[in-house]
Formats: sequence, C-alpha cells, structure tokens
Amino acid sequence: MKRTPAVMVSLASVLAAALMAVGGGATPASASSTSITLYSGQHVQTTQALVAAFEKKTGITVSARYDDEDTFVDQIQTEGKNSPADVFFTENSPPLEELASKGLLSSVAPSTLANTPAKYDATDGKWVGVSARVSVIVYNTSLVKASQLPTSAMQLADPKWKGKIALAGAETDFQPIVTSVARTYGDAAALTWLNALKANAGSHIYPDNETIADEVNRGQVALGIVNQYYWYRERSEVGASNMHSKIAYFAPHDVGYVLDVSGAGILKSSTHQAADQKFLAFITSKQGQEIIGHSQSWEYPIASGVTRTGETPFAQLQPNSITIAQLGTGAEAIKLLQEAQLL
Amino acid sequence: MTSVIEHPAPAPPPGAPKAPARTSPPASRAAPRRHFLLLGAGLATIAVILPLVFLLVQAFGVGWSTLDPLLFRSLTAQLLWNTVSLAVVVMLICAVIGTVTAWFVERTQIPGRKIWAVLVVIPLGIPDFVTSFGWRAIFPSFGGFWAAVLVMSVAVYPLVYLPVAASLRNADPAQEEVARSLGLGRMKTFWRVTVGQARLAILGGAVLVGLVVLAEFGAFEILGFRTLTTEIYTEFNVGFSTSAGCAFSLILVVLGVALLAGESAVRGGGRGARIGPGVARQLRPLPLGRARVAVLGGVALLVGLALGVPVGAVIYLMVSGGGSTLPPASLIGAAGNTFLYSAGAGLLATVAALPIALLSVRHPRREVRLLERSNMLILGVPGLVIALAFTFFTEHYLAGFLYQTPALLVITYAVMFFPLAVVSVRAAVARSPIGLEEVGHSLGVPRHKVFWRVTLPLITPGLAAAFCLVFLESATELTATLVLHPTNVQTLATQFWSYQSEFSYSQAAPYAGVLMLIAAVPSYVLGRWFDRLPARSAVAQAPGPAPGTMVVL
Repeated sequence: MKRTPAVMVSLASVLAAALMAVGGGATPASASSTSITLYSGQHVQTTQALVAAFEKKTGITVSARYDDEDTFVDQIQTEGKNSPADVFFTENSPPLEELASKGLLSSVAPSTLANTPAKYDATDGKWVGVSARVSVIVYNTSLVKASQLPTSAMQLADPKWKGKIALAGAETDFQPIVTSVARTYGDAAALTWLNALKANAGSHIYPDNETIADEVNRGQVALGIVNQYYWYRERSEVGASNMHSKIAYFAPHDVGYVLDVSGAGILKSSTHQAADQKFLAFITSKQGQEIIGHSQSWEYPIASGVTRTGETPFAQLQPNSITIAQLGTGAEAIKLLQEAQLL
Repeated sequence: MTSVIEHPAPAPPPGAPKAPARTSPPASRAAPRRHFLLLGAGLATIAVILPLVFLLVQAFGVGWSTLDPLLFRSLTAQLLWNTVSLAVVVMLICAVIGTVTAWFVERTQIPGRKIWAVLVVIPLGIPDFVTSFGWRAIFPSFGGFWAAVLVMSVAVYPLVYLPVAASLRNADPAQEEVARSLGLGRMKTFWRVTVGQARLAILGGAVLVGLVVLAEFGAFEILGFRTLTTEIYTEFNVGFSTSAGCAFSLILVVLGVALLAGESAVRGGGRGARIGPGVARQLRPLPLGRARVAVLGGVALLVGLALGVPVGAVIYLMVSGGGSTLPPASLIGAAGNTFLYSAGAGLLATVAALPIALLSVRHPRREVRLLERSNMLILGVPGLVIALAFTFFTEHYLAGFLYQTPALLVITYAVMFFPLAVVSVRAAVARSPIGLEEVGHSLGVPRHKVFWRVTLPLITPGLAAAFCLVFLESATELTATLVLHPTNVQTLATQFWSYQSEFSYSQAAPYAGVLMLIAAVPSYVLGRWFDRLPARSAVAQAPGPAPGTMVVL
C-alpha cells in the first residue's frame, strides 16, 4: 500500500493536465477578423495552397477539416442547421449534388459561376466547378505491353483479363464510369459488365484509387482504371525512378473516358455567406486556378486561359459527353454496384 | 463482463481478515450508498447507450423497404460469414496464445521473465493500421482471411493474456501439486487444473477479443478483407446514407449480444467457484529443462511478429526516405494532443466505471447485471457511428455546444472504450475484501472516508489498468477522431492518415513511430505493475491485502 499515494498523485496530476488541455485546447479564431470553416474532401496539398493564398489576399481566416467527402456528406446532414461548416470543397460532383438535392446549399454568385465554363458547374448554380480530372488506365509496364491495352472500358469484361485487373468498387471516382456505362448501354448491360469486371478482378478488389495505383506500380496486378492524377501524385511522392507503371488513355469519347469535376458549394446554414462567396470567387479566379495548375495534386484548372503544366494539355483530352447533371448524385451507379455486390 | 474476475479469489496474506462468503452488506446500511451508485451507474450507462439509440432511430427511420434489399442479399451472408469466422478463429487463437504465454511467463523459469512480462503486453498499444501497414510493406501481397487472422491475433492476444496471467498468479498452486502427486501427467494437469482454474479469465478475455474484432476497421481496410464493419464504412462512404450504414451496424450489435449471451451460457449463470483462503506462499516456478530453448523461441517469435514487424517497418520507411509534397506538420504538437485526449479519456472512463463496478460486485442483482452488460455492447459499434451519434445529439439538443471540442472528443473516446474500464475496475473491486470496509464502518469512520481511505487504495491498481487500456485504445482511434477533433488540431493518428493516404509513407512513418512510443508507456506500466504482484515478489513484506488484490482485467 506504500506506493498508493504516489499513484494517486500521478493520476490526479495527469487529470489536471488533461482537463487544462480540454479547457484550453479549443482556440477559436479571434472575433475581430472573419473566420470561415472549410470541410474539404479535396487533397490536402491543393486545399492548403489555396487557403494560404486566400488568407493572404483577403485577411479572412480559413479553418480546414479533412476527411472523406462522402463521410462529410453524412456529417453535414447529421449536423443539421447548426453545422459549423461554411464551405464544402470536394473531389467529385455527386456529394455536392446530394447536398443541393437536400436543399442544404446556397446559390453561388453569378460572377463566380462565370469564372469557369458553365458545363462544369451545377445546372442550378448551387455549386461551382473548380478543377477536373479524367479516368485513364494505369498499367504495370513489365506485366502488360502498351499495344495490348484495351481501348474501351467495355473490353475489361473480357475473360482474358481474369486475375489481371484491379477494381475499387467503393471508390467514389468509379461511380461516374458506372453511370456512363449505364447511360450508354442500359442498366442490365451495365450490371453484366460490372459482374464480369468483378470476376476478372478476383482478389484484386481494393478500397480506393490510391491503392490501385500503388498495387499496379508494385507489380501486384497488371492494370486498373484510375483518375489520371493518382499516377502523377504517386510519381511526385515516390520519385520517377520508382515508377514501374504508366498511364494510357481510352479511345476518344469511350464510355470509360470520363471527366470528373471537383467543386465547391456554400452551406445555407453558414452565417458568413459574404466571406464564403469570396472564397469561391478566389479559387475560381485566375490566381486560384494558377495555384491548381502548378499544384502537386495534378488536377486540371478549368478556367479559360489557365493551363496545367507537366501533363497532357486539358484541351487535348477527348472525354465522352456525359454531363454533370447526368452524373447526378450517383444513386443509379450505387444501386448497380450494390446489385453487383461490390458495395 | 462479470466473468473475467470470477476465477478463484486470491489468497489473502497472513493477517488479513478472511473474505466473507457473501459480499453484500446488510441492506439497511447499503441503501443510501446504493442509490448514489445507481445514479452514477445510470448516468454512465445513458452516455454509453446514446449511440445505440441513434443507431436504432437511423436504421429504422428509412423504412423497411429500403433496408430489406440491402440487408437480405448474398453479400450480407458472405460478410456475416467473413466476420463470424474471423472472430471465432481469432478468439480461439488468442485464447491459446494468451493462456500458454501467461503460463510460461507466470509459472516457469523462462529466462528474462521480467522483460517478457512487459514485452508481451506492448502489442496492445500498437495501432492495428500500423501493423497491417507494416506487413504489407514487407510482403506486398499480404492480405485475405489468414492475413487478417494473423494481424488481429498478434494485436489483441494481450486481452486474454492479462486476465489469465492474473488468474494464474492468484490461483492456489496446491491444486496443481495435488493433481501431480496423485499421478496426473504434466500436460493433463495443465489442461484440467491450470486451464480449469483460469477458465473464466480465458472466456472473459476471449469475449473482449471477439467484440474488438467485430468493430475493427483500419486493419481490414488495408488488408483488403471485407467484414461487416468495412462494409459499414463503405455504406457511409458511398451511399450518402447514414441509414444503410446503421442497418449493417445493427447486425454487429446483434452479433455482440449473441457473443455476450454465449459467454453467459458457457460460464453458467452462477458465480465462479471460490476456494477458501489458503495459505499464501511463493509459487515455485517450474524449471523448463530441455524445453527451454523451444519455449524461449516461441515467445520470441510471438513478440517478433507482434512488435518486430510494425516497429521494423516504421524504421525502414523512416530510413528509406522519399520526399513529400505535403507541408510538414508538428510532430510534437500532434503527440501532445494525442497524449492529452487519450489521458483525459482514460481518466473519465475509469472514474465513470467506478459506480457500475462497485454496484455489480457489492449489489449483484439481475438489473445491475443487465446495466453492466448493456455497456459492453458499445465495443461492437463502429467508431464512425458513435461519432455521428454524438454529432447528432450535441448539434440538435445542445445547439452545437461541445461539438468538435476536446471535451466531446474525450467523452467519445471514454464511451467507445468504456467496457475495458468497467472490466478492469470491477475486477479490482471484486478482489478487495469488503470486510476491511466493514471494519472501517464499525470503527465509526464516515462512509466517504472509508471509500477514500480503504476502498480506493485497495482498487488503485485496477484503476491504473483501466486508465492504461482506455488510453491505449484512444490514442490509436482514427475514424471518430476525424469527425470530432477540434478544427485545426491534429493528432498522431490523423496526421498518419493524411500522409499515408497521399503515398507519403516515409513522412507517415514518424507519426506511427511516436504513436507506438506513447502507447508503449502505459503498456510498460501495465506490465510492470502487474509484475509486482505479491505472488512473485516477496509476499511477506506486504502486510495488507492491497497489492494482492490487483488484477489487471
């Protein structure tokens, strides 16, 4: 029993320290300047670069949280009218469409919408397109020759790819491709295609595109469909000498050649609407778009006159014609993925 | 989790009052205190039950027509099979590893015993996602069922090891000696007597293992093994539907109930057998003889798999270098936050567990048992569901008060891992003879003073164990943290996640390393304190029953 007092004292002191931390840990931004909260499902690099430049230019403080964009949709809906979120920045359009369909987004200022081509914005003006990516094939150069690659996403259903393709059914970026296939060939054909893909993937079913890019690069599997920027980002991180994979584009306008738009919207519940509008205006402005054009996240800026350096020019891409409105909330794709038991 | 402690009581040292056969004090005297305890236990239970209420409301809110096609399809059957078979296999393996390791460490002359006693506990503090990450870094194609079994087994076997070692330490060695003297072989003695004595400890530990496996996410995500829990996260992630995720979570809760009910059935409704207070004396560790090398190799292999792989992978990744396009973040700041939030959660859970623990030992009635058991279920609920539940309640009923503050994060951790605290504290309370308290009362000492001066010192080691377990689990939690952490505040787990999801493995590694270091401290404390139990250290020097009452779980 001798050491009991020491134990008690140490426990109590830890308690005191923890309580002080609990009490003093939250540091709300000073009330004098405006501060907005950003929920970002976008990549940290891009977001941080944009936020830093915005804060410098306007003096408005931006507090960013990062998580999966779909988790954020659940979170924002659960938070309801007291949501601390002011602006929601995503990698894909469906999460924004989902919030817009629930009436949770304010309209974006027309001048901001005018910054980027209308076809990359919400049709009802509830969110603005910010950047874009395109789906490609990533393949391991020692496992498959460029000349043998499929030119259409539909060819991946061929049994000759059994055990050779990777699939991330739960990846948000995969849904637009499913929607595209269903729009072109109908739900029944899309389901058959998904089932064949699933059979071909076998044990190579992964949680996300990052994993596909990594597994292909490490030679665990021959090829997979990802958005082009995963490959560039992996190259940035691990170095060109460690890359054993390449990317290849589908045939022009192929059903699998889909352009995904990243966007941002303002929560209706936000009490900083003016500052929120400024943030959206900034990230779609020439300055904001140039930051994206040079960022290490390798996305394409979409405002006219701003170009991406270091990869295939945006103007040379030949994606299919599926629209933002057709991609919608992705509910149709999710239903098909669930029927194929991929979700 | 009443069973964990219901193995034979320790033999009180000479001079200690004999433990009474019945632990309930006279009803008249107990009444006021009992009401007070009930209030405390009720409050804690309400906090723990809230997420389950949220789960039910969400799951049934959408209507059966939406849930029916989602729940009743072949994938669900497949996931159910994956989850149940994994849980059962891991429980069995952990039961064997935990029991055998505990026996070798506690009962034999294994060389370097004191070091092993600490090393075998530390794996509990290593984040499962770091372990999976480590295995994949070494074997790129590591994945699937057996990979999941391996990773989980080496990560959670201490949940069996700790109570079994405590039980072995406290068990009467005379029983084994009698069995041996009557001609029973060494193996048979081990099986019939030693395992028999530790039966309830093994069972209780295995149930904790089962519940933890049910709710595991990070490791299986990395290993590409689909369970109900990974599916729950997928549903939350793609469907924009809290309801679908909650519906699957409901299956998990049902599995948790089944597990607890199964444990009750196997254990038998009654309380564990109690031997009379025997003569306390030093256990003589068995010499291992020629088996020494094999045993040493086995324990070293276990520690190598459990600790060597993640530690080695982290060091390798740190050394191998590679740049990152992510800006550097403060390692020390993140470590400080992780430490404080986890410590806060450990303390809160431990204090909140006291009323339930006291109640369930001192006043073991049916409704108290139900109250205690209902708290266990939370261990099987995924962190994201719990986080969203607290989001809902603070945002809708407290107008956002507490939301995304350190206080709520601490409360959430404490709720998530509350069962671990209850189990530890309850075990300590059960081992503290009520006779000592009664002596205090009879001498006219006020009730609260008796609590501070007698009860609390007696159960302090159990409180420390509870604190350590909740601390360890909180430090490595990720999914609830991402939803609830204060904006602009990072922890080691969130930073590791940021870097790892951006391919920046060499940048992620230091965060995993510091996380393991921080987690190793309570594990070390757990191992060391535990090692000071009187059965091993000098029995004679301890005049009171205090150290002897310590049981880690």
